[in-house]
Amino acid sequence: MSRYILKRLLFLTFTLALVSVLIFSIMEFLPGDAATVILGQMATPEDLAILRAKLGLDRPAPERYLHWVAGILRGDWGESLRLKTEVGGILLERLRNSSALALFTFILAVPSGILLGTLAGLWRDRLPDRLISMGTLLAVSLPEFVTGTFLIIIFASWLQILPPSSLIDPDANLSASIQFLILPAITMLFVMWAHITRMTRSSMIEVMGSNYIRTAVLKGLPRNKVVFSHALRNALLPTISVIAMNIGWLFGGLIVVESVFAYPGLGQLLLFAIRNQDVPLLQAVTLLIAAIYMLSNLAADLLYRLFNPRIRLQ
Amino acid sequence: MILSQTEAKASVPAMSNALRLWRGFLSLARNPSGLTGLIIVALFVVMAIFGEVLAPFPYTEQHYSDALMSPSKTYLFGTDQYGRDIFSRVLVGARSILLLSVTATLLGLLLGVTVGLITGYFGGWVDEILMRLMDVIMSFPSLLLALLLLSVFGSGMFKIIIGIAVVFMPRVARVVRSIVLDLKSKEFVDAAKVRGESAFYIMSQEILPNASGPIIVEGSIRISYAILLAASLGYLGLGVQPPSPDWGLQVSEGRQFILIAPWVVIFPSLAIAILVIGVNLLTDGLKKVMDSDTTGPNQEMQQGGQ
Repeated sequence: MSRYILKRLLFLTFTLALVSVLIFSIMEFLPGDAATVILGQMATPEDLAILRAKLGLDRPAPERYLHWVAGILRGDWGESLRLKTEVGGILLERLRNSSALALFTFILAVPSGILLGTLAGLWRDRLPDRLISMGTLLAVSLPEFVTGTFLIIIFASWLQILPPSSLIDPDANLSASIQFLILPAITMLFVMWAHITRMTRSSMIEVMGSNYIRTAVLKGLPRNKVVFSHALRNALLPTISVIAMNIGWLFGGLIVVESVFAYPGLGQLLLFAIRNQDVPLLQAVTLLIAAIYMLSNLAADLLYRLFNPRIRLQ
Repeated sequence: MILSQTEAKASVPAMSNALRLWRGFLSLARNPSGLTGLIIVALFVVMAIFGEVLAPFPYTEQHYSDALMSPSKTYLFGTDQYGRDIFSRVLVGARSILLLSVTATLLGLLLGVTVGLITGYFGGWVDEILMRLMDVIMSFPSLLLALLLLSVFGSGMFKIIIGIAVVFMPRVARVVRSIVLDLKSKEFVDAAKVRGESAFYIMSQEILPNASGPIIVEGSIRISYAILLAASLGYLGLGVQPPSPDWGLQVSEGRQFILIAPWVVIFPSLAIAILVIGVNLLTDGLKKVMDSDTTGPNQEMQQGGQ
C-alpha cells in the first residue's frame, strides 16, 4: 500500500508539472501582457519596452516559466498586477474562506446524504425512495446559480432571515460568520446530497441482497442491528470515495456559488483575475484549484483501496 | 452475452438498422421516465426551431414604458428592465443553448471516442501518452477549464462549443477506453484479426457498434452537463453575447431586480431547470432500455433475487 501511495504521489507531481505548463502556455495567448495591463492603453512603446525589461517579460517563454515555477517552489507566488500585493497572502486568505465554506457544506451534507441514501435503499421503489429520487433528480438538474438565486429570493427577500450576500469581516468570530455561510452552503449541499444519496442507495440495495445479510436476518437478528452494524458498514465503502471526490467538485462549484453570494473565496478571486487580466493572480488561483482537485481525486482512490480488501490484495 | 448479441446482429440484414432504432425508440417511450423526458425535450426542440415565429414580440424589442411589468395577458412572463418581453426571450433562448450543448457534446464524443478507441485498442506507449494528456485536462474542474479557455481566447458560440468539447473529451475517452479493453479480447475481434482486417476496420466496424449503447448513454448524460455548463458560463458573462437571449445571462442581469421583479429571474431559471430535468429523465429511460437490451432475462433474475 505505501509503495502504491508513493507511486501515485510521484505520478501526481508529474501531472501537476504538466498542468503548470498547460496553465502557463494558455496564458501566453492572452492579448496584451502584464506591461500593457499595468500601463494601460495610452502607454508609449518606449515605456512598455522599459517596463517589460524590468519585469523580465522580454525573456523567452521557457525561461519565464522556470522563473515562475521556481518562485512557487520557494513560496513566492508572484505579485498581483491589480491588487499590487503578494499573491501568496491573498491566496492563503481566500483559501481559508473557501475551505470554511467547503467544510461547512461537507459537515451538513455527508451525514444527511448517507441517511437519505440508506432510507431510499431500504424502502426501494416505495414512497420514501420515490420522493428521495425525485429530490436528487431535481438537485442535479438545477445549476448552482439558479438554486442560489432562488434561496436568496426566499430567505433574504421574502422571509428576510438571512443575509443575501456574504460580506464577511475577517476578524469576526465564528458564530457571526456562520449566518453568511448558510445560504451558499445549502446551494452546494443539493448537488452533494444527490451524489452521496444515489451512491449510498445503490450500494445499500446491493448489500441488502447479499447472502450474509440474509444469514443475519434468518439468524433472527433485529432489523436495526442488521441494517446499522452489518449492512451500512459495507454499503459505505463506495460512498466514501464519492465523498472524497466531492471535495474536488466543491472547489469547482465554488466559482459560481461564490459569485452568486459575493463570498470572498478562491472562486471570486479567480473571476476577479479573469475580469482584470491579472495574469500572475489567475495562474496562481488556477494552479491551486487544480492541485486541490487532483489531491481529492487521489484521496478518493486511496480511500476506496484502503477500505476495499478485494482491491487491496491485488 | 456480447457474443450472442453480435451473432444475432449478423443474422439480421443491415437494412434493419432503422427498425432497431425504431424499436429502441418504442421501448424508450414505454418507459415512464423515458416518455416524460422525451416529451419535455421535444417541447424544447420545438421552441428552438420555431421560437422566433412563436414569440409574440421580437426578442430585442424594447417597450420602455412597460419596463419590469409583472406577468399579464400581454406579457405572459412579464418584462425585463428594458421592457423586453421575457416570454419571447425565453422562447428564443432555447435555440442557442440547445444548439450549443448538443454540438459541444457531439464534438466531445467524437474526440473522446477517437481517443478512447485508439488508446484502448493499441495500448502501449500510445495509450500512456494520450491518457496522461487526458489526465492533465481532467485535473481541472470542468467549469474552471472552460472559463480559462474562454477568458483567454475570447467568448462566442464557436469557442464555447470547443471549450466544452475539450472538457468532455477525457471523460468520454475514459469510458470508451474501458469498454474497448473489455471488447478487445472477445472472439469476434480475434476473428476479424485472423481475417486480416485493418486496425481501423476493427475499431470502427467491430468494436464501435458493440460499444454504442454505453456511448449513447454517456452522450445523454453529457448533454445535461453541457447545458448546465453553458448556462453557468452565460451567468458569469462568458456565454452567448447580448443582445441574443441567453438564459444564464438573463438570470444574472435580472438579479438586481429580484426584490421588485422576481419574474425576470424566475422564468429563465425554470426554463434551464425543466430542460435539464427532461434530459436527465431521458437518460434514465435510455439506461433502462439499454440494460434490458444487453442483459435481458438475467437482469430480471437479479432483480427478482433481491
